[in-house]
Order: sequence, then C-alpha cells, then structure tokens
Amino acid sequence: MVGITSIRTYIPLYRLSGDEIAGMWGGRNLGGEKAVAGCDEDSVTMAVGAGLDAMRDYQGKIDRLYFATTTAPYKEKQGAAIIASAVDLDKSCYTGDFTNSLRAGSLALKSAVDGVQCGSAVNILVIASDCRVGAAQSTFEQILGDGAASIIIGSQNVIADIEDGYSIFNEFTDAWRTEEDVFERGSEERFVDTAGYRPVVKEVVSNLMDRHKLAPKDFSKVVFYAPDARSHNTLGKSLGFDGARIQDPLFAHIGNTGTAASFIMLAAALDTTEPGDRILFVTYGDGADAFILRVTEEIRKVRNRPMVTAKLERKMPIRYAQYAMWRGLVRIEASRLPERPPLSVQCLSRERKNVLGLYGVKCRSCGTPQYPASRVCVVCHTKDNFEDYKFSHRKGTLFTYSVDHLQPTLNPPGVNGVVDFDGGGRLVCELTDCDPAHVEAGMPVEMTFRKLYQSIGINSYFWKAKPISGG
Amino acid sequence: MEGIKDKVAIIGMGCTKFGELWDKGVGDLIVDAAYEAFEDAGVEPNQIDAAWIGTVFSGLSGITLAPLRLSYIPITRVENMCATGSEALRAAVYAVAAGACDIALALGVEKLKDSGQTGLAGPAVVGSSTLGTSGVAPGYSPPASFAYLGTKYFHDNGIKPEDGKRLLAKIAVKNHHNGSLNPKAHFQNELTEAQVLKAPIVAWPLGLLDCCGVSDGAAAAIVTRADMAKHFRADPIYVKASAICVGAREGQLRQDYDFMHIEENVRGSRRAYADAGITEPRKELSIAEVHDCFTIHEMIVYEDLGFSPRGRAKEDIEAGTFTLSGELPVNTDGGLKCFGHPLGASGLRMMYEVYKQLQGKAGARQVKNPRLGLTHNLGGNAGTGICSCFIVGNDAG
Repeated sequence: MVGITSIRTYIPLYRLSGDEIAGMWGGRNLGGEKAVAGCDEDSVTMAVGAGLDAMRDYQGKIDRLYFATTTAPYKEKQGAAIIASAVDLDKSCYTGDFTNSLRAGSLALKSAVDGVQCGSAVNILVIASDCRVGAAQSTFEQILGDGAASIIIGSQNVIADIEDGYSIFNEFTDAWRTEEDVFERGSEERFVDTAGYRPVVKEVVSNLMDRHKLAPKDFSKVVFYAPDARSHNTLGKSLGFDGARIQDPLFAHIGNTGTAASFIMLAAALDTTEPGDRILFVTYGDGADAFILRVTEEIRKVRNRPMVTAKLERKMPIRYAQYAMWRGLVRIEASRLPERPPLSVQCLSRERKNVLGLYGVKCRSCGTPQYPASRVCVVCHTKDNFEDYKFSHRKGTLFTYSVDHLQPTLNPPGVNGVVDFDGGGRLVCELTDCDPAHVEAGMPVEMTFRKLYQSIGINSYFWKAKPISGG
Repeated sequence: MEGIKDKVAIIGMGCTKFGELWDKGVGDLIVDAAYEAFEDAGVEPNQIDAAWIGTVFSGLSGITLAPLRLSYIPITRVENMCATGSEALRAAVYAVAAGACDIALALGVEKLKDSGQTGLAGPAVVGSSTLGTSGVAPGYSPPASFAYLGTKYFHDNGIKPEDGKRLLAKIAVKNHHNGSLNPKAHFQNELTEAQVLKAPIVAWPLGLLDCCGVSDGAAAAIVTRADMAKHFRADPIYVKASAICVGAREGQLRQDYDFMHIEENVRGSRRAYADAGITEPRKELSIAEVHDCFTIHEMIVYEDLGFSPRGRAKEDIEAGTFTLSGELPVNTDGGLKCFGHPLGASGLRMMYEVYKQLQGKAGARQVKNPRLGLTHNLGGNAGTGICSCFIVGNDAG
C-alpha cells in the first residue's frame, strides 16, 4: 500500500478582506478574506513551515524532496535545496523543483507515488507552496491567496491509500505569466470555465470512475481544485455530487493558494474523515489529475486533528496599505539609516549550516549550548571541544525585547528580542508574526524560517522568533 | 602591574562647537580643535612628537591628520567604536608614560552630517553582532539596542511604564539644562519633562528626546610627562587612571546575562577606581561625564559605575543627586544629549569639560572645588560593549 503518511499545512498569519480591497478600489466585492504571506515570507519560507511541521514527530528518513510552486524565488537556483537545508534533511536526499503549472503539486505527488511504488525511494516529502500576486484592482487581487502544504508519501503507517489515478494533459491558455510578468494574467472567465476547466475535469473524473465502476455515491468526499469559487460551485453540481460531500475549497478563508490549494483542501477533508472513507481528489492546470484515496485506521493517530480549522482561526487582519507595501505595489521611501553591506555569498556558503539549519554548538566541557558555532566556549573558554547543536526546533522564552520605529522593514515597527532557548542558548533576533502591543518579557516563542532582506539579487534567509501558535 | 597614575598630564585642550556644521569639513574641525589645544598649552605644532587620530567614519589612517601638516612624525588612526576619542587619548598617554615621546597629541573627529543619514548604523550594519559574517543579524537601530535594557529594567524592577518614562525624562531635562549653559553644545535649549514625555516614540521606552543627536565635532588634547607639565602651565590636569574593558558578546550568548546592567561598565570602572585609588566613587569624584547616548543608559550607568546602589537609581534621579548642584554632578556640559555623538570626538569632548571644570574655567556650569573627574564611554551595547573610563585630577599626587 502506497499513500499519504502525513499531510500538514502552512497558512500565513495575515488576512486581507474583500471589504478592505473593495474599500480601496470600489467596484465588485467578492467578499471573504485571503491569506497573505508576510513581508518576510515567500514560497520557500512557507514551504519550510509546512515541511518542519511534517517532520516534527516523523521518525522515518526522507529520501526525496519535491518542491512544487509557480512562484519560486529564483528562476535559476533550486528552491528544494534551500528547503531541505532549513528542514535539515540528510545530504543524500534527492531534491527537485516542480514548476510552471498550477498542477505542479499533484505532478510531484504522482512522481512520488511512482518512486515509492517502484522501490527507488521509501519516503518522499512533497511540498506545494505559492504566493501569486494579482495586479492592483484586478479580480485576481481578490482571489489569489498564499499558503503551503506538505505531504509525505510512503508505504508504512499510511493514513490514506492512493488506490489509483488518471491524468490528461491539455494545452489551454487560461492562466499564465511570462518571464516579464509580475502579476497573474488570465483569459476571459466564461471561456476558461466552459471551454477549459469544466470539460477537462469532467473528462478525467469520468474516466477514472468508469475504470473502477464507481459512482459519486461511492465517495464520502470529493476534493477538487477550481480557479475560483463560482467555477468550483458550478462544477460540483455538474459532477453529480451532493453538496455535503464536496470539500469547501476554503477560498472565502484563504483565497486560491495556487499549487498548494488542492493539498490544503485535501488536508481539510482528511480532518473529518473516518477509516474506510473513499475520497476523490482532483487537481487542475494544463490538464488534470484525478486520484482515488482510501482512508485507513492510521488516520486516528494524526496529531492535532482537525488541523486546518485551527490554522484558519489563527489570523491577523491587515490593511490594504500594508498589503500594497509587502507586495511591492507601491514604492516607499528608503530608510535614511545606513544600509546593510552587500551579502557575501562566500560567507553564506561557509556558514550555511548555521544560517539555514540554525545549527550552533554545545560545549563538551561545560555543556552550554551556544549560537552560532564558535571556536572558544563563551562560558568555560575551552577551545575546539564542541558538538553540533540544532536550535531551529527548540522553543524558548523572550528574555527582553525592543520595538523599533526606525528599523527598515515593510511591516513597521520592527520587533526584536533576546530569546533564551529551553535547554540553554541565547539568540538576539528579529520577531515576526506578532502584535507589537502584546510583546512582553517572558513570552514563549518558537523559531520560523524567513526572508530577512534582498541584496545583490539574493534572498537572505534566516530564522526569526514568533509567539508560539500551538498546533 | 604598575598603573598610569600621575605619570602623564594634560597641558592643553581644544574643542569645536558641536552641531550641524555644514560649512566645515573634517580638516576644518581638526584644525580648529588642534589649534585651540596648541594655544591653550602654549605649544607649537612642531613640538608634537607623535599623534593619534580617533575617527570611526571620517578618515582612514594617520594621514587623516594631514591638515595639521605635522610632517614626518608618527601618527596613527585608532578606532574603538563609541570609545574612539578616549582610545586616541589613551594611546597618547601610554606613549608618554612609556617614554616613547615627551609631547603627544590626541585628536578625535567625526563628521556625521556629511553622510546624509539620520542616525548611526545598527548591529547588522557595523557587524557588532554575534551572528558571524553572513549578514543575518537583526536589522534594528542603535536606540532599539538600548531599549532592551529599558524594557527589562522596568519589568524586573517593577517600575510602571509611565513612571519609568518620567525617570528617563528627568535625565534628559537635566542634561539639557546643563547644555543650555554651554555655548559649544549642539543643542542649547532647556526641555521640560512634558516635552520629553510627548516626543514621538523611537523604541519604547525611548522617545526622540531620550536619544542623543547626530552631530559633527572635534576635540583635542596635548599630553606630556607629569614632571614636565608645569613648564607649560600652572594648572595641568593629571591622569589618574585609564581603563578599557571589552566584553566577548556574553550578553548575546549567555542566559545568565541580565540586560539590566553592562558588565563592561562595571569592570572598566572598577579597574579605573583601583588605579586611581578611589574606593567611594560617589563621594570622591567631583564630576562625571558619562555616555548618555540614550537616557536609559545614563540611568544604568549610575548603578554600573557605583554612583547609586543596584536598582536604586530611581531614588537618586528623583533626589537630583546628579544635577549641577547635586551631590555628584553628571554630564555638566550637557552630555551626548546636547552635543550629539560624533563618535571619534565624544571621549575627548567629555575630557574637555572635566579639564575645564578642574581648572575652574567652566563658567556658568562651574562646580564647587572639584578635585577628581571621570569620563566614561560605552561602545556597542549590552553584552557587546567596549567601556572606557578615564579619571583625572588637578592634584599632582
């Protein structure tokens, strides 16, 4: 049996409401709200969030990491390698990016299933993550949200068996971006729905159901991607599923999260299933994939069920002005404080384990953990007697903090803190995903992988502390 | 270990007006400060045997001092962050004490306003962080690095936010009163507590008026052997101690560091007191010029330097202990608060005030019968500090 052994989601903290967008531009208000990646997040950092969640209590070794996105931070330079470094996967892990299609997530999933089935890998981590941007005032601006989800494919402790799948490709221009495009582009909505999306999804679904002689009533849930809420609604009806069995696409809560959308919907569906339930899972983009999943007894052992509902509830509303700054829709005045010097790729390369994996050391003489790695112990002054010590997964307490109104940041004021890790070690770092008015000494915090700034065309990724969110 | 006490004397000092000196270049400031010192000492430029120039941003190498045309003598540029001016003086003092030269010049200069920047660099920019060279240090500003002390000090000492703010405001008000009596200060205005309290917050608890300004300035000192000092003037000022104390980033690395004091301040001052033979600084010092880059730091310095018992600075601030007419006047010239902080110049500017006070030439700010004075700088911040303490006196010892 090859199937899903873990599924976790990462939904950024921030929400921009339809009211807020409509209040800015007037015109049609699609309502609801969408998840917005913070100004220090991108598809890679959100993928790390989903990946770390998957690995938190995972015992097995990950043989492959597939990263699926249409918004990779680099056109040339692998996202999966950055993610694997931050999640701290073994060096022998085989890493690959699946890009350029909204179906990249399921393309990676299918490859993962094949990889495990043919025996060339035991466990494969697939992470889908996207943060597409709609042009100001466009419908896409209201629809597109940000998020990530991770799925581990394996053959042990499977929570949902992937029984079969069927795919077709379809060259069809409904949503695209060229090399030069910053914003999502799309064809006219009626054309997309009636000439592309609907016929392709119906074809792939009917082929798969025919092959197994199954009817809509044989499925307890159907999970399918759609470009927007209206097309999702229309298709659900025309497939012949009753409303109760159709998984809410969550568009009104987080928007359409691109490659991550179908994974997040699947996670939400699995939150409320019982062993033995059969699920139809359909993805779309340049064609369509349909899978039949069967839920196992293992589902009862999943941590923190229901997982998605809790994540939807943990949120912070933002104003349109913040969104516009974060996404570069407006130009803001440069800071009049001295700038950081340009990044040195040489230094980053030398210190990559410190920087991406948040590895420090622990002194073998006095036992004190310290960050970053150094040669002489700061407590007992013993030279070169350390072992590696990872901090990224450790929780800590905020010892003291400062809220900085001068700090150059797209989300002022800057919040900074002195973090004391449980078990020892201290780090002075930036805080994120927090309300400056509610930061206080003694607050519990955890680490999160973020983008600090950009320099010479390179993203400076590092860790920040954030209030412990639970889950 | 033999100390520096009474081996070297300051025989001349100069200090420019501090401020936004749009019409003066680095060379002008150097010439103005040095020539005031030459004249004060009665020394010709060609009598200088060696010189040290302290600057962080306004020049590289000893050649920075070229505007003085001190041809073909040893000149070295020194840098030690906010203690840079004091470091230049320390080098000159030690060279004279070692017998390497008889008359040495120490000059500090900084022209911050030519940068177009409204403040100094934070830890990510100057690399004053533990986080190696990869450029991943937090991007906070200097006020935020001192705000850590405020939030922690108030939290742990049970001081209500509004009470803490008021204590800090009293320090700003005191220093501005002193600055209003000083024609060389950048800011010569009195402030009220209400003004300080309602200034925009920069990094809580620090508002705009809790922070020192960004200024240009230069100051200079001429030192010679103590036994030669009276050949130049009747009232030389004798160096009693000079200590530099540098930490190893303990505050950023060790959980036992409390962020309510600065260990470098404590150890640096104790070393200076020991060398100077001081056992009760609050009683024995007549005047202290301390590093009030931010009001919270002056408050913590009261305790670190042993002026107030630990956790009791509050009582002394409220009692006016450190005002011009108080028990131990602190920052009688207006401090960094009124002079701003041109890094290379600050340590020597502080010494200029102590020197003038000890000679009884401080005008409206003159304290009564001073005997011993202290200057103190702190570069960096909690746990990453460079502390300098000088103690000087008007008695040859």
